Amino acid sequence: MGKTAKFDVLIIGAGPAGIAAAMAASEPGKCVGLVDENSAPGGQIYRALKGQIQNSISSQIKTLDDRGVIRFDGATVYDAPRPNTLSITKGGEFQTLEYEKLILAVGARELFLPFPGWTLPNVMGVGGLQALVKAGLDVKGKRIVVAGTGPLLLAVGDFLKKYGAEVLAIAEQAPIVNLLRFSTNLLSFSSKIGQGISLIGSVGTKIRPGTWVASASGTRALNSVILSNGKTTQELECDYLACAYGFVPNLELPLLLGCAVEDGFVQVDSTQQTSVQNVYCAGEPTGIGGIDLSTLEGTIAGYFANQNDCPTLVLKARDRWKLFSKKLDATFALRTELKELASPDTVVCRCEDVRMSQLVGWESSRAAKLQTRCGMGACQGRICGPATRFLLNWEHGTVRPPLIPVPLAGLETRTSAVIEQPEN
Amino acid sequence: MSEERIQLKINGLPVEVAQGTSVAAAILNSGRTSFRQSVDEESRGPVCGMGICFECRVSVNGHPHIRACMTTCEAGMEVITFG
Repeated sequence: MGKTAKFDVLIIGAGPAGIAAAMAASEPGKCVGLVDENSAPGGQIYRALKGQIQNSISSQIKTLDDRGVIRFDGATVYDAPRPNTLSITKGGEFQTLEYEKLILAVGARELFLPFPGWTLPNVMGVGGLQALVKAGLDVKGKRIVVAGTGPLLLAVGDFLKKYGAEVLAIAEQAPIVNLLRFSTNLLSFSSKIGQGISLIGSVGTKIRPGTWVASASGTRALNSVILSNGKTTQELECDYLACAYGFVPNLELPLLLGCAVEDGFVQVDSTQQTSVQNVYCAGEPTGIGGIDLSTLEGTIAGYFANQNDCPTLVLKARDRWKLFSKKLDATFALRTELKELASPDTVVCRCEDVRMSQLVGWESSRAAKLQTRCGMGACQGRICGPATRFLLNWEHGTVRPPLIPVPLAGLETRTSAVIEQPEN
Repeated sequence: MSEERIQLKINGLPVEVAQGTSVAAAILNSGRTSFRQSVDEESRGPVCGMGICFECRVSVNGHPHIRACMTTCEAGMEVITFG
């Protein structure tokens, strides 16, 4: 078993919120740790090409390194064996990290909803396909349908086009009236206007409001998709389908630590502290709001976790961006037709191949899990959990360690209490 | 960006990729679409691209259940897909 390191402030997640938190919390004499599952910091939004650090954050990462912030890149938190202690795994090794204050900047994942054919190879997420292209997937000349909901659809459509893909359609399930209302709202958030105009200029003609993927088909892999607007359908032959219905927060670690969650989000006070003392949360887990809100919340959590006051300007800016977050929710609210897409034999739990017909009639995710194995596979319900919450109104299932599959050796941290000094 | 190329093997066949390419991208670029077989023996490939869904599990250097999207290609790596 690995050794234990102790931190004044430990931050989980090195995306926009985590990096901002580390910038605000790090100062001489403070021991700050920054843990991220990916091989380089940046999270999904600052994910650079082929495992490198994106230029826009490289100076911040250098500052953090200069200030002695200890980075754990490629490390996943899988347990909280004792109070103020987390277990991480990195490259097959295990280590425990102790903290005085903890900041959870664990981000969000895409919401995937089942439809016939969604399990075919080459049907992916929207951010999912973008991440794969950034990791070296060649999409030159590939015919791609982008679908689902949210501003990411346009950004990824534009991104794929720049990488030489032929974007056939961008099927946005939100009705056009919502999108127009949202565009006028953007006028009060000036930093988003230029971005919006440039995206519309690039892929605007491909947008189909009020349209969704009804099904996908193919033999060994995806061959075509059928788009529907509720009245008419159209079949498009394509190489990839990128489809996701916005984001859901990564709640596993906050729930494991006992943080209160309401309406699907971690509850925080004005200092970003959760219901658990000394545990803070910033970014998407407190409400989906994008990079600006995440950065502000991270900064606020960093200041307070380091027992400094936060500038009022930052607090006010956060509250303003919270409004933007509410507008996003209203604009891209999911239509009820999406609840009817899965047919009885459509797989819902991809790990255990549990089909829609097996899930109807259970009153909770726990009952279904016990009877059908829904949510019991390798992803531990990370994909089917949010889907069944939307489809069947089941609440988030309970969370138990380990949060990801680990070898038995990783559980020794539960019984051993060897304390050593940090390496720095 | 460095365009240094490295060689690895996918299902025993040599493949060349740019340094920094993920195993998932390398498999897809080689024309393969199925990464693993599901419980009901359906072919599956990557979905989330960020380590959440576990659909892109392959065998790397003899270790099973490795998430291809979270693993960077290394010279001489032996990758096995299923399905």
